[in-house]
Amino acid sequence: MLPGIFIVLFFYAFGEFVAWLLNGFIPGSVIGMVLLFAALGFKLVKPEQIKPVARFLCDNMALFFVPAGVGIVNALDILSRYWQAVLVACAVSTVVVIVVVALIQQWFEKHRKGAEDR
Amino acid sequence: MEEWLHSEIFILTLVIGVYLLAVWLFKKTKLSILNPLLVSIPVLALLTHCLGISYEAFEKGSRIISFLLGPTVVVMGYLLYEQIEQLKTNAVSIITSVFVGCITGILSVVFIARYFGADHALIASLEPKSVTTPIAMSIAERSGGIPAIAAVVVIVVGIFGGLVGPFILERLGIKSRIARGLALGSAAHGLGTAKAMELGAVEGAISGLAIGVMGIMTAILVPVIEFFLK
Repeated sequence: MLPGIFIVLFFYAFGEFVAWLLNGFIPGSVIGMVLLFAALGFKLVKPEQIKPVARFLCDNMALFFVPAGVGIVNALDILSRYWQAVLVACAVSTVVVIVVVALIQQWFEKHRKGAEDR
Repeated sequence: MEEWLHSEIFILTLVIGVYLLAVWLFKKTKLSILNPLLVSIPVLALLTHCLGISYEAFEKGSRIISFLLGPTVVVMGYLLYEQIEQLKTNAVSIITSVFVGCITGILSVVFIARYFGADHALIASLEPKSVTTPIAMSIAERSGGIPAIAAVVVIVVGIFGGLVGPFILERLGIKSRIARGLALGSAAHGLGTAKAMELGAVEGAISGLAIGVMGIMTAILVPVIEFFLK
């Protein structure tokens, strides 16, 4: 498992370095994610090496944001002041995303089927 | 006594212990509202308050756990790779629909929150609301938001999206299994994927793919949109 852990940390560190080059435009961890994806795609990294680490981290992911979540007590006043904004913005936007993504994807599939029929 | 309560080993054990209890409770009851996070966060906030543990000590003690958020985001590149065949066969449609969904999602949040007079820090915490929590927290932190708010908002959005999602897809008459999985994953991350898996294996796999694509796109689009809306 140790080589897998090293590879993940390596891509994280490398991602942070690229983020620094980009002036922090995109979080380093997300860049690390894209780089790891690319390395797997180009067969530079073996998927079997990453799998156990990925399983452990993703299966227990929720635990990792508990400590930060407890920090919500420091943000309670801003949340209680703007709770309507949070509620309405998130509810509406969630429905919008579901509708937009589903309709566009379905449109593409119908379109392609139509083209094949002709 | 106080020294022991403030020690890293006590705080670390407490956090993992409370979390495991919350997971156990969730598995027993199977109620989506008893999400392990929504239970363990207030319980820990209350416990640390009652035991007189300062937030600084708590943060320091649980730093090892928080650190794992970064590596978790990185291994999502592996999860994305697992779905590479799905991505190859439907690349254009998937990337287009998630891209448009991502932009409309961020813009609708920004405009509604601004209408209610919310400040920048709050808006920055809401922008990544459809993205899986570890990615959402790093996006919020980068753009001047509050990661804690982002974490809680993302969970609530996930529960909401998982509940209303199948109903909306039904009303819209969405028959495509790819469209259903994609919509659930891009709007409600892991909790949407759990629902998508109930709909079928194709929906579940595509939904998992959508989490990664939505995460990367949101990370890129949030700073771009912020730049144009200044």
